[in-house]
Amino acid sequence: MAAPELTKSRMRPKKADKGPAAKSGRRSYSAMGRSDKRTIFAMVALPTSLHVAFVWIPAIATICLSFTNWNGFKFSTMKWVGLRNYKQLVTVFEDDFYESLLNNAWVLIFLFVVGTPLGILAAYLLDKNLRGTAVYQSLLYLPVVLSLAVVGFIWKSVIYSPRQGLLNTALGRTGEGDQIDWLGNSDILIPFFGGYGLSKNFLALIAPMIWQHVGYVMVLYLAGLKSADPSLREASAIDGANEWQMFRRVIMPSIKPVNVVVMVITVITALRIFDIIAVLNNPNGTNVLSVLVTDNISGESSSIGRGSAYATVLLLLCFGFVIWYLRNAFREELE
Amino acid sequence: MSESRYPAPTEWAKMSRRDMIRKSAVAGGVVVAGGGLLAACGGDSEGVDTGSSDTSTNTDAESTEEAAAPAPSGIAIGNASGSVSIGSNASDEAPQAGLAAVVAAYEGANPNVDVAINTLDHNTYQENITTILQAQDDDVLAWFAGFRNKFFADQGLVGDISDVWGEISGLGEGFRAASTASDGKQYFVPTAYYTWAVNYSRPVFEENGWSEPTDLDSLLSLSEDMMAKGITPFAFANDGKWPIMGTFDVLNMRVNGYDFHIDLMGGKESWTDERVRAVFDTWETLLPFHQEGANGRTWQESAIDMMEGRAGMYLLGTFAASADDRLLDEMDFFNFPALDESIGALSLDAPIDGYQMVASPDNVDAAKELLLWMSTPESQNAYLSEDPSVVASNSGADSAGYNRLQKKSAELANAATGISQFLDRDTIPDFAGACGDMFAEFIEDPSGVGDALADLQEKKEAIFADFGN
Amino acid sequence: MITNRRNAVIAQVFLFTLVLLWMVPLIGMVFSSFRPLAETSTDGIFSWPDALTLDNFRDAWERGNIPRHLMVTFIIVIPALILVLFFSSMVAFAVSRYSWKFNLSLLMLFTAGNLLPPQTMIQPLFQIYRRIPLPEIPLISETGEMRGSLIGLILIHVAFQSGFCTFVLSNYMKTLPKELNEAAQVDGASMWRQYWQIIMPLTRPALAALATLEFSWIYNDFFWAVVLIQKGDNLPITSSLQNLSGQFFTDDNLVAAGSLLVALPTVVVYLILRRQFISGLAVGASKG
Repeated sequence: MAAPELTKSRMRPKKADKGPAAKSGRRSYSAMGRSDKRTIFAMVALPTSLHVAFVWIPAIATICLSFTNWNGFKFSTMKWVGLRNYKQLVTVFEDDFYESLLNNAWVLIFLFVVGTPLGILAAYLLDKNLRGTAVYQSLLYLPVVLSLAVVGFIWKSVIYSPRQGLLNTALGRTGEGDQIDWLGNSDILIPFFGGYGLSKNFLALIAPMIWQHVGYVMVLYLAGLKSADPSLREASAIDGANEWQMFRRVIMPSIKPVNVVVMVITVITALRIFDIIAVLNNPNGTNVLSVLVTDNISGESSSIGRGSAYATVLLLLCFGFVIWYLRNAFREELE
Repeated sequence: MSESRYPAPTEWAKMSRRDMIRKSAVAGGVVVAGGGLLAACGGDSEGVDTGSSDTSTNTDAESTEEAAAPAPSGIAIGNASGSVSIGSNASDEAPQAGLAAVVAAYEGANPNVDVAINTLDHNTYQENITTILQAQDDDVLAWFAGFRNKFFADQGLVGDISDVWGEISGLGEGFRAASTASDGKQYFVPTAYYTWAVNYSRPVFEENGWSEPTDLDSLLSLSEDMMAKGITPFAFANDGKWPIMGTFDVLNMRVNGYDFHIDLMGGKESWTDERVRAVFDTWETLLPFHQEGANGRTWQESAIDMMEGRAGMYLLGTFAASADDRLLDEMDFFNFPALDESIGALSLDAPIDGYQMVASPDNVDAAKELLLWMSTPESQNAYLSEDPSVVASNSGADSAGYNRLQKKSAELANAATGISQFLDRDTIPDFAGACGDMFAEFIEDPSGVGDALADLQEKKEAIFADFGN
Repeated sequence: MITNRRNAVIAQVFLFTLVLLWMVPLIGMVFSSFRPLAETSTDGIFSWPDALTLDNFRDAWERGNIPRHLMVTFIIVIPALILVLFFSSMVAFAVSRYSWKFNLSLLMLFTAGNLLPPQTMIQPLFQIYRRIPLPEIPLISETGEMRGSLIGLILIHVAFQSGFCTFVLSNYMKTLPKELNEAAQVDGASMWRQYWQIIMPLTRPALAALATLEFSWIYNDFFWAVVLIQKGDNLPITSSLQNLSGQFFTDDNLVAAGSLLVALPTVVVYLILRRQFISGLAVGASKG
C-alpha cells in the first residue's frame, strides 16, 4: 500500500542512500531487529495511507478530469476531450491564464523580497527578549489568525474604501471624482510583456498578503532561533564578530532547516494564494491560478474539465518546485 | 426527464403567448404580450394594479392539445405527516424570521408534520448549491427561478412537482412558465420577487426641484442639471462584479428589446453582433454621468452616496434601501425610461425566489405539501409580516399591508411585458463570470470594447459548447 | 547577546514602528466594532464616536450562534491537531532518523502533498466521501456517509495538513544529534521508546510552533467544512462570521466584533504555546 503509491510518484530513491547514510550515523533499515522493523512500518503506514487516500488520489483524479468535459453531476455525461481544455487555456482564456501565472510570480517575488526578510528580522529582534517582546510577538502574529472575513473587511473598508478608507482620507482624496480606486484600478504598474504586468490593484492586494506572511515567518524563525545553540553565538561574540557578521555567518547556517522550511513555505504560499483575493471579490487584474480553478469547479459552475486543467497546471508547478528543492536539499546532505 | 441533448436556454426562454400554451416550456424570462405578466392568472388580484386581463380567457380557449396547467392532483394541506426539512439560505434576520413564520403557520395548519430548517448563510448556500443538491440531506431547498433551476431539473437533481402545481391557485402563467423545465414539467414554486429600477432619494430630489424623468431627453437634462450642481448623476459600484450587470440588462432591453436580450443570454445571439455593440456605445455615452472608480466601490457605499446627495440616482435592485434605515422612508424609484420609442420601457429585471424539492426526498408527501403551502397567500402573508423587502408571488397575498416600495415594485412588475431574472441567473454561471469581467474592464476603458466583445464571444462558444452534452 | 546599548535602542524603535504599522489596519477594525454601523457608514470609520456600544458583540454572539459553532469547532480541531502532530511526527521520525529505501520518496510525497492547493482535490474528494458509508449514529455521522460527518472533516484536515507537518518536523528532527540514536541503541531501547521518550521531547519547540499554526489553520478553515458538511448547525466557527454577512447587505461593524470574538481562541493558544518555545531552550544546551 505504501510501496505502490510511492513508485507511482515517479521519484526514485537515490541509490547512494545506504552508503553515506551509514557514515552520517543513521542506521539502515536492514540493520534493524524484526520488531523494530514492524514498528517503523506501522508508524509510517497509517499516516501515509491516509495522506495518499485523501490527498493524492483526489489530486490524481483531478488530473484525469482535466481531460474531460464533465459538468460535475452525472458521470454518464463525462466525455473524453483530450487536450482540448489545455488548448483553450492558451487561446480562448489566455488573458486570464497568463495574467494568473504572472500574478502568482509577483506574489512570490514580493514575499521573498519583502515579506520573508521582514519576518526574519522581526524574529531576530524579538529573540533578544527586549522589553515588550511578548506583546510585539502576539500583535505581529494576530493577522495570521484572523479569519478571512475580517481580513477582507479590514482591507476593503478600513484601508482601501474610496470615500472612507484610511488611505484616501490621509491623502485627502475623498471627494466625488477625486477618489483613488485602490481595488478596482487594473492599470499596469510594472509592465512585463505583451500587455501583461503587475496591475495596480494586485499590488494593493499584495499588501495584506505580506501583512499576514510576516507573522507566519516570524513564528517559525522564533522556534528555530530558540533551539539554536547559544554557545555558538557566545563563541563568535568573543571572537569579536559584530551582529551582522554573527547573524550571517553563525546564526543563519545553524538554523538551516528553518531557513529551508521558510523558503518552501514562501513558495507554497505564493503558488497557493487564494483566500485574500477571493474575499476581496477578485477584481479584474487579480486572477491567480487557484482562483481560476475555483471559478470553474465550485459554486454554480460546471466546467470541471477546464477547472481541473488549471488545477493540473498548478500541480505541475508545485511539483517542479518540489523536485528541484528536494534534489538540492538531499544533494548537499550527501556530500 | 429528457435524456437527449440539453436544449439551449433560448429554446424555452423566449415565448409568445401561443408558444407558451403549446409547449409550456420556458425559462426565467417570460413574455405575455399585451397584458400584465402577473395578471395572467385566475383573476383574483385585489389591491394590485394589473392592466388588461384578457389573457386568461384567451389561454383557456387555446389550450387544446397540450395542457398547459397540470391537472388537480389531490394534494391538500393536512394530509401529510412525519418530518420534513428545508435547506434555507435565509440567513439575514428578516428573511430568517419570515421563513420561521411560514413554517410556524404551516405546522399550525397541519400539526402532524414537523418541519426542520437547516440554514446556511446566503453566500455559502449559493456557492455550494451543487454539493447541497448532490448531498440531498434536506427535502425542500430554497433557490431561484431561471436558467439554473432548469439546469438542475435536467440533471435529475430536483423533483418533479407538477402535481403540486395542479393544486396551486393565484400564481399566473408567467410564474408557472418560470418554474417549468424543458420537459414541460414544473420543478419550482415561486414565493417572492423584487425589481431593479433607478432609485433616488426623495428629499434630495425635492430639495432641488427634480422629478422623475420619463424619457431619454428628460433623463439627460436631469443628469446635466445634477452635474452642474456638483452631484454625480448616477451612483456606480461594481464590487463583486455583478452590480453593473443590471445596467447592462436594462440598456440591452431598452436598445434592442426583451426578446433579443433573452436570446443573447441564452447563447443564441453573438456578442459581436452590431446590436450588442450599440448597447455598449450607448453605455459609453452615459459613462461620464456615472461615478468613477466603480470597480473598487461596494454598492452599499454608493447607496449611501445617493442618500447623502453626493449622487443623484442609482440603478440597483430595491434592496438598495437596506443600506440604511433612513432609506426605507426616503428612497423612491422609477423605471429606466425608454431609449427607443418603438421598443418602449416595459421590460425589467425582477429576480424570482422560491423553493424546489430534491429528487429523492425522505418524505415526499410532506415535501410536496409544504411546497403547496408556500405558494398560498396565507404563507406569503406570514412571510411578509417579517420581511417586507420583497413582493409576494401569489396575487392573493395581502398587498394592503405593502409599504410604499413594495407597492411600487408590484405595480412595476405587473405592468411589465417582459421579465428577466438578471444576467447571472439568466445565463450559464461560468459565462456570467466572463461577462462580469468584460463589463468591469469596459467601464474602466471603453476604447477596447470591439476586441473585448470578440473575446467574450469566443468564451461564450467554448462555455456553451459543453452544455450540449 | 546584545552587544551594545545603541543596537538595543535601534532594535526597540524598529520593532515599535513595525508593530504600530502592522496594527493600523486592526485599529480601525477594533474601533468600528464598538460603534453602530449607521454612524460609521455616514461619518467614516475614523470619525469621533457619538457613543460606544457593546451591541455589536452581543449581536454577533447571538446571531452568529457562536456558542454552538465554537463547540463544533473544538470537536473538530482538537482531535485533528493531536492526530496530525502524532502522525506527522511518526513519519518524520522514520524518515529523518533512519535510512531505508523509501526515505526520500516518502519525504517527497509528503512535501509535494503539502503544496497541493485544496481546490485541486475538492471535487473528487467530495465524490469519494459520498461513497464511504458510516454508521448513522449521532456524533459519528448524521448522514450515514463520510460526507456530512465531523469525522470525515477531521480526517481530511489530518490528511491534508500532515504534508506540511511531516516536512517541517523531518527538517527539525534532522538537526537533533545523531548520537542520541546510537546511545539509545546501545541501551537497547526499542524503536518506539526512542521515538516517544527521546526524540519527541526534544522536538517540543517545533511541535509548539506547529501546534500554534495548525490550530489557527484548522480553526479558521471554511473551505473543507462547507463542501463536506451541508448542515448549517454542524459547521465550524468560521460560519458564524459568514452568518453575519447578509445576502445583500453586510453590517461591517458587526462582522468586526464577531471576528474579534472568533479570533480570541487562536490568540490564546498562541500565548500559551509561546512559552514552550522558551522551554525548548534546554534542547540547544545538550551538546553531544
